Amino acid sequence: MPQVTADLQGASRDASAARTPGSRPLSPHVQVWRWHPTMVASILSRITGVGLYLGAFIAAGWAWALASGREPYERYMELLGSPLGVLVLLGLTLAYFYHFAGGIRHLVFDAGRGLNPKLADMTALAAIVFAVAATAMVFGVAFVTGALDGLI
Amino acid sequence: MVGKDDSFKTDLKRARGHGSAHHGLGMWMAERMTAVALIPLGLWAVYSVLQLAVIGYDGAVDWLQSPVNIVLMLLTLAISFYHMHLGMRVIIEDYIEHKPSRLLWIGLSAAASLLGAALALISILKVALGGAPN
Repeated sequence: MPQVTADLQGASRDASAARTPGSRPLSPHVQVWRWHPTMVASILSRITGVGLYLGAFIAAGWAWALASGREPYERYMELLGSPLGVLVLLGLTLAYFYHFAGGIRHLVFDAGRGLNPKLADMTALAAIVFAVAATAMVFGVAFVTGALDGLI
Repeated sequence: MVGKDDSFKTDLKRARGHGSAHHGLGMWMAERMTAVALIPLGLWAVYSVLQLAVIGYDGAVDWLQSPVNIVLMLLTLAISFYHMHLGMRVIIEDYIEHKPSRLLWIGLSAAASLLGAALALISILKVALGGAPN
C-alpha cells in the first residue's frame, strides 16, 4: 500500500511538472516553425474548405428563398446585397478561388508532379496571387454590371 | 497482446479489420473526382451568380427554365455538397482522436450536408419544373 501511494504522488508530481513551462522539454510547437509558402498553402486549403462548407448553405438558402416566392427571395437578395452580405460574399469568392487553385495544385501533386520544394513554394504563392486577382476581377465585373449598386 | 479468446482464431481472423481493406481508396478517389468535376462547374457557378445578382426574382425563375442551367445547377450543388462532406470528414478524422466524438461529428457533418443538399436540390427542381409561387 505505501508503494502505491508513493507511485500516485510521483504521478501527480510529474503531471504538475508538465504544466510548468520550462521545467520539462516540450515537443516542437506551431510557434517555433518558420512560416513558409507550402505550409501557408496547406493551411489555407483547409480553412477555405471549411469556409466554403458554410458558404454552400448560403447557396442552399438562396434556392430555398427562390422556391418560397418573390418576397422571401427579394428579402434574401437584399441581405446578400447588404454591406455584411457583400463582405461575406467577398470572403467566399476569395476562398473559392484559393480552394480552386490550391485544389488543382494538389491534383498535380497526386499525379506525382510539382513536388520539388522550390516549385511547390512558387505554385503556393501563385495560388494566392491567383485567388486575389480572380476575386478582384469578379468584383470588378459585379461593379460594372450593377450587382453592387445597393451598396452605394 | 493476444487475449485468451483469440487462441482459437486463425491468423487471418486476427488480422482482419485492423488495417487496409482497400476501401479507403474509394473515398480518396471520390474526393479527387468530385474536385475535377467542380473545376468547370465552379467556374460556371461564379459566372451564374454574377448573372443572377442582377436579374431579380422573375429573371432567376426564367433562368431556371433552361435545361442546361437546371442540369448544371443540380450537378454543381450535388457534387459540391458531396465534396464538402468528404473534405470535412478528413478534417474531423485528423483532429478528433476520441473515437465516439469523431463518429458523432462525422455523422453530424454528413447529416448537415445531406440536409443542405436535399433542400437546395428540391428547391431548384420545384422552381425549374414550374412550381415557383408568384
